[in-house]
Amino acid sequence: MNRVSKAVSFRSNTVKALNDPSLRAAMRHATSTFGKKRADGIGDNPFEEWREKASEIRMNVLKNLEQYVDMFAQNATKAGSIVHRAKDSHTACDIVASVLRDHRVDKVVKSKSMITEEIHLNSYLEQSGIKVVETDLGEYIIQIAGETPSHIIAPAIHKSRQQVGQLFCDKLGCEYSDDPTILTKIARSVLRQEFLTAPAGISGSNFAIAETGSISLVTNEGNGRMVTTLPPLHVAVTSIEKILPKVSDLALFLRLLPRSATGQVLSSYFSLITGARKAGESSGAHQLHIVLLDNGRAEISKGEFKEILKCVRCGACMNICPVYGLIGGHAYDSTYPGPMGVILSSLLDGLDRTHPLLDASTLCGACSDVCPVKVPLAKLINQLRQKKVELGLASMLETIGMTGFGIAVEHPRLFEFLQRAANRVWPLAGFIDAKVSDRLPRPVASSFKRRVS
Amino acid sequence: MRVQLFATCLVDTFYPETGEATLKLLRHFGVEVVYPEEQTCCGKPPDSGGHAKQARKAAEHFMSVFSGPDPIVVPSGSCASMIKNHYPEMFADDYRLFDAAREISSRTFELTQFLVHKLKAHEFGFVGRGKITYHASCQLTRELGVREEPLALLRSIEGAEFCPMPLADRCCGFGGVFMGKLPEVSMALADDKVETILESGANIVTGCDHGCLMNISDAIKRRGLTIDVKHIAVILAEGLR
Repeated sequence: MNRVSKAVSFRSNTVKALNDPSLRAAMRHATSTFGKKRADGIGDNPFEEWREKASEIRMNVLKNLEQYVDMFAQNATKAGSIVHRAKDSHTACDIVASVLRDHRVDKVVKSKSMITEEIHLNSYLEQSGIKVVETDLGEYIIQIAGETPSHIIAPAIHKSRQQVGQLFCDKLGCEYSDDPTILTKIARSVLRQEFLTAPAGISGSNFAIAETGSISLVTNEGNGRMVTTLPPLHVAVTSIEKILPKVSDLALFLRLLPRSATGQVLSSYFSLITGARKAGESSGAHQLHIVLLDNGRAEISKGEFKEILKCVRCGACMNICPVYGLIGGHAYDSTYPGPMGVILSSLLDGLDRTHPLLDASTLCGACSDVCPVKVPLAKLINQLRQKKVELGLASMLETIGMTGFGIAVEHPRLFEFLQRAANRVWPLAGFIDAKVSDRLPRPVASSFKRRVS
Repeated sequence: MRVQLFATCLVDTFYPETGEATLKLLRHFGVEVVYPEEQTCCGKPPDSGGHAKQARKAAEHFMSVFSGPDPIVVPSGSCASMIKNHYPEMFADDYRLFDAAREISSRTFELTQFLVHKLKAHEFGFVGRGKITYHASCQLTRELGVREEPLALLRSIEGAEFCPMPLADRCCGFGGVFMGKLPEVSMALADDKVETILESGANIVTGCDHGCLMNISDAIKRRGLTIDVKHIAVILAEGLR
C-alpha cells in the first residue's frame, strides 16, 4: 500500500472520458447489451431467494474467515497442491516469481485474473525477465495495447472492434479487419503457439472450496482450461475471501454468477481443479501452487465495510451504474472500477488516494438492486463518504458550507435569512463554480414559507 | 383528517408553486393541513455527502418540529425516504432517539403514496391535457418502493395522454451533492434522460422530486426544447375536478 501517493484527479478524468466520443459509444453499446442480457438471464427465476441464500453463505465465510482459510489450505495441501500465504501484493508477486525461477520458467501463459491485476504481477514478472502472455482475448488486446482492464470481466470493453482491428494491424502486422471472427482467429493462432510452448500457466480462481481445497474457473473462451492443463506448472493466485465452504455451494453460485455477469445460464467452461495431476491421470499440471492473498482483507472482514468482501466479481454493478456507463473504467485510475471498485479500492489503497472516487455515485441504488450477493453498495459508498469527512478529506469549501448548514438547520430564522440572501447574491454564485450554478434556477425572493405563513 | 406538511428546501427556496399545489390538493380532498413554521431541512444533503454530524442535527430538529400524532406529507421521494428509512438507521445506536425515529418514520408519507393509499385520489380522477411522461426518481422507487402510485394518478387524468418513458427509473444524474461534485457527468446523464423523454413523445415531463426535475429542466433548456417540466403536484392540482 502506498500511503503517500496523491489523490486521484477524478473530475478531470471524467471530463476527459466524456470528451471521447468513441469511448462513449463503446460504453453505451456494451453496458446496455450486458444489462439486457442480464435481465433475460435472470428471467422468472427466484432471484431474490437465490441472492438471499448466496449472501448468507458469503457472510458466514467472512465471519469465520480464518477457519475457512485454514481449512482450505489444509485440504488443498492434502489434495497435492502447494499452498502459499501472502500478506500483501509484494509478497504474493515474490512468491510467484520465485516458484517460476525455481522451475527456470522464462515464459508464462495467463488466464484472466483481477487479483494479479491488483498485485501488478505482470510488470513484476517482466522485470524479473519472465515473459507474460495474456490469453483471454480481452486481456490479450489490452496487453498488446499497453493498457489496463477497464472492466472486471470485459477488460477491453472500452474499445470498438475498429480500434481492435487497427491495433492488431499495427502490433501483429496482419491485414486490417474489424470482423470479430477474423480478429479472434488471428489472436487464436498467435496464442495457440504460446500455449504449446509455455512451461507454466498462471490463473486466478473464481471460488476456492474449503472442504476439498479446490480452485475453480468460470470462463468462456477455453483459454483458462489450456492455461491450467497444458503447461507442466500451474500457479493459481487468489484472495482469501473467495472461499465457499462446500462443493455443493457451487450449484447456487454458478446459477448466479454467469447470469449476473453476461446473462448466460452457464458459462461455456467451468473448471474445478483439486490438486495437481496424480499418477494415472491424463490431464492437469504436474505441480499446482496456490497463492492465497490477504492484502488487507482479513482486517476488512472484521470492520464495518466487510460486506464488500461478499463480492463475486460479476460486474453487474458496473453494467447498471449510470456513472460507469458514461465514463468507463479507466477514469477511476484503480484496479477495480464501478461501484464495487470504488469501495474495494478505497479499502485496499486507502481513502487518502481514492476519496475522490466516492463522488462517482449518485447513490441511485441501482447497483445494490442487481448485486447477486446483496452487497449494499450504495450504502457502503455513503458510509465511506462519512469516513472521508471524519478523516478531514472533504474540501475546504464543502466543510465551511456544511458547518454553516449545521448551524442554520437548527435555527429556522437564520435558515430563512440565508434563503433570502441566496436570492440576492445569486448572480455571484458563478464565481464558485459556474458549471454548477448555471444549472440551478435563482432562488425565489419570497419563499413558500413566507407565502404560507 | 389532519396532516403536517413538510414542504422541503427545494420547494421552499425554488418552487413555491409546488408547495401551493400540494396544499390545494390535500385541502381539496378534505384534509386539514398544518404547516409547522419551524421546519428547515430533513438533512438529506449532508447525509448523502457523508456529513453525518450535520445530518443528525437536521434529523433531531425535524423530529422536534414534527412531533404529535399527525401524518407527515412530503412532496419528494428522496426527502420522504430520508425520514422514513435513514432516520431509524441514523439513530440505531441511540435507543432514546431510535424509538422517536421509528415513530416518525411510520407516519411519514411521500405525496403520491398519501394521495393513493389514504385518499384514493386516483379513483376520483383528474382532468388535463397534453402528453405526459414520468421520470421515476431513485429514492422514490428503490428506497420507498413507490412505483405504481404516481402512474395510477397520472393515468387517471382525463384528457391527457400518458406516454411511458424508456428506462424511466434510470438516474437523471442529479444525485444531490453529486451535481456539484461532477457537474459534467451530471449534465451528460441529464442529456441521456432528455433523449428518453423525446423517445416517449411527450410534451410534459413530470416526477415526484424537484431535484431531478430541476436537473432535467436545465438539460431541456440547454437543448432549446419546448417540453414543460412540472412536479406531479402541480399537474394534479391544476386538474382537480
